[in-house]
Amino acid sequence: MAYETPIVQIRDLSKSYRRGSQVIPVLTGINFDIAQGEFVALMGPSGSGKSTLLNLIAGIDSADGGSIRVGGVEITSLTESELAHWRAGNVGFIFQFYNLIPVLTAYENVELPLLLTPLKRDERREHVEAALNVVGLADRMDHYPSQLSGGQQQRVAIARAIVTDPEILVADEPTGDLDRSSAEEILQLMDRLVHTFKKTIIMVTHDPRAAEKAHLIRHLEKGELSTN
Amino acid sequence: MIPYSYSFRNLWTRRITTLLTASGMGLVVFVFAATLMLAEGLEKTLVQTGSPENVIVIRKSANSEVQSGVERNQASLLSSQPEVAIGPDGNPLFAKELVVLINLKKRGSNKPANVVIRGIDAASLQLRPAVHLAEGRMPRPGSAEVIAGKSIARRFNGCGLGETLRFGMRDWRVVGVFDAGATGFSSEIWGDVDQMMQAFRRQVYSSVTFRLRDAGGFDAYRARVESDPRLTVEAKRESKYYADQSESMAKFLRILGMVLTVVFSIGAVIGATITMYAAVANRVTEIGTLRALGFQRGSILAAFIMESLLLGLCGGVLGVVAASFMQLITISTMNWQSFAELAFSFTLTFRILWQSLLFSLVMGFIGGVLPAFRAARMNIVESLRAT
Repeated sequence: MAYETPIVQIRDLSKSYRRGSQVIPVLTGINFDIAQGEFVALMGPSGSGKSTLLNLIAGIDSADGGSIRVGGVEITSLTESELAHWRAGNVGFIFQFYNLIPVLTAYENVELPLLLTPLKRDERREHVEAALNVVGLADRMDHYPSQLSGGQQQRVAIARAIVTDPEILVADEPTGDLDRSSAEEILQLMDRLVHTFKKTIIMVTHDPRAAEKAHLIRHLEKGELSTN
Repeated sequence: MIPYSYSFRNLWTRRITTLLTASGMGLVVFVFAATLMLAEGLEKTLVQTGSPENVIVIRKSANSEVQSGVERNQASLLSSQPEVAIGPDGNPLFAKELVVLINLKKRGSNKPANVVIRGIDAASLQLRPAVHLAEGRMPRPGSAEVIAGKSIARRFNGCGLGETLRFGMRDWRVVGVFDAGATGFSSEIWGDVDQMMQAFRRQVYSSVTFRLRDAGGFDAYRARVESDPRLTVEAKRESKYYADQSESMAKFLRILGMVLTVVFSIGAVIGATITMYAAVANRVTEIGTLRALGFQRGSILAAFIMESLLLGLCGGVLGVVAASFMQLITISTMNWQSFAELAFSFTLTFRILWQSLLFSLVMGFIGGVLPAFRAARMNIVESLRAT
């Protein structure tokens, strides 16, 4: 798949955590490009820094050094508030435990990111219904998360991730909490998002079956990236 | 912004905790509202006692009728002023009255309390249209007969219809019970002024009250009588006189109420703070998720403060509803200004209603502000990891 400008360009990225007086390096000198429409799996043992890398690309964590350009925007130079605004329009999140708001219905959960846009109620409704149709849960929009199975909850979460039509979706162990058949459904759905809707997906996973769906698997080990 | 339904439904989801916390706040709002209602009831009763077309004249610098004295010649001078209205019978609507405090024992407890005895003149009843006979008949002039206000008849020994009272070294038969609505007169005993003057060995009246011929004539009357060297008196509109009677007691009740509620509200606010801290602690991942989706710290802050305000409002509504039942209760206590028993009710007004609800919102806000700041300041990655 040949794309001219990569949607994600990472240069010399480093990140470390402080534990007391100790500084623990998590990522060192990461260089990494992701082309538009790519489905990338990040693998590696626990503590290898794959989630940290994903968080940095998604703009919910801040780097110590280096550069991250996403869709032409240097996100390391954005302020916290600008970053929040940027995330709302450019990144969709898929979490291991779905992270739906339990007191809101499926419809309201999917609508949440749209509340940060200037869209009117009717327009929001169109978007929410379209997103729920993509994940095949239009008939469950009035259900609360507790009334849905794990797989259904994750599909609602995916609808929430795509409802603002962001270019990038980040997924942290999206199948980690699901049984095999639900996991398979979710992976097929993600595959469809890449092929039909031309989304770029960056996924952290331990699950080799999940990684198989990806076009590209990158391994992280001790904070360094290796191609496989 | 995070929708209000988010805050509301979270309260509903943990409704037992919400109800318990709101009840604590409701209790404080109840005390707050009830004391204000008490002060309001006292004021309303005394203000309603007076009528703006009536003028009461008492001795200069006397605070109340009990401390006042108006001599007979002064009284006749006061009655011959042109501002005094003339009744249908051709006589001035002018009453020379005596007010004396006597000690009577309450029914049941036998505890003594001061009761106002008012010696009335022929025009007294005409001057107070709110007063009407509920049972029995009016006392005959020149006889040892009295009528008792309905709250006195009910609550004091010997004051019921047909019973006999002893005071002023004479026995007095209660021949009637009068109803003066929610006014101070309901807490008085009335009898013929001349009989009372004899019984209490008084040479002077306590006050004179008259109807104005024209309501606008008050200022001229006052200016004239207060500057007349033969008269050492002070004229007030009757409504103003009775309103002044409630001032210090109402103020005391309000200050007492404030002090009590401030102390109690500290407890209620701490309760709300604990509840809201627990709410934040239970929703760390949710907060992280909302932040990741792009909601700003300010939105998180607002959502939790909204939740706490709603919690406070629940308490406020509970407290006000409970306090509104207090309207069914009539309190009888000593009014320090007149040193006499006065019966009055808790009175809920629109102003007390909104003050109570505002107070509950303030408690909710103070209780919620620290937890809301904690929620807003959370680190996104750490809160997402809390799953």
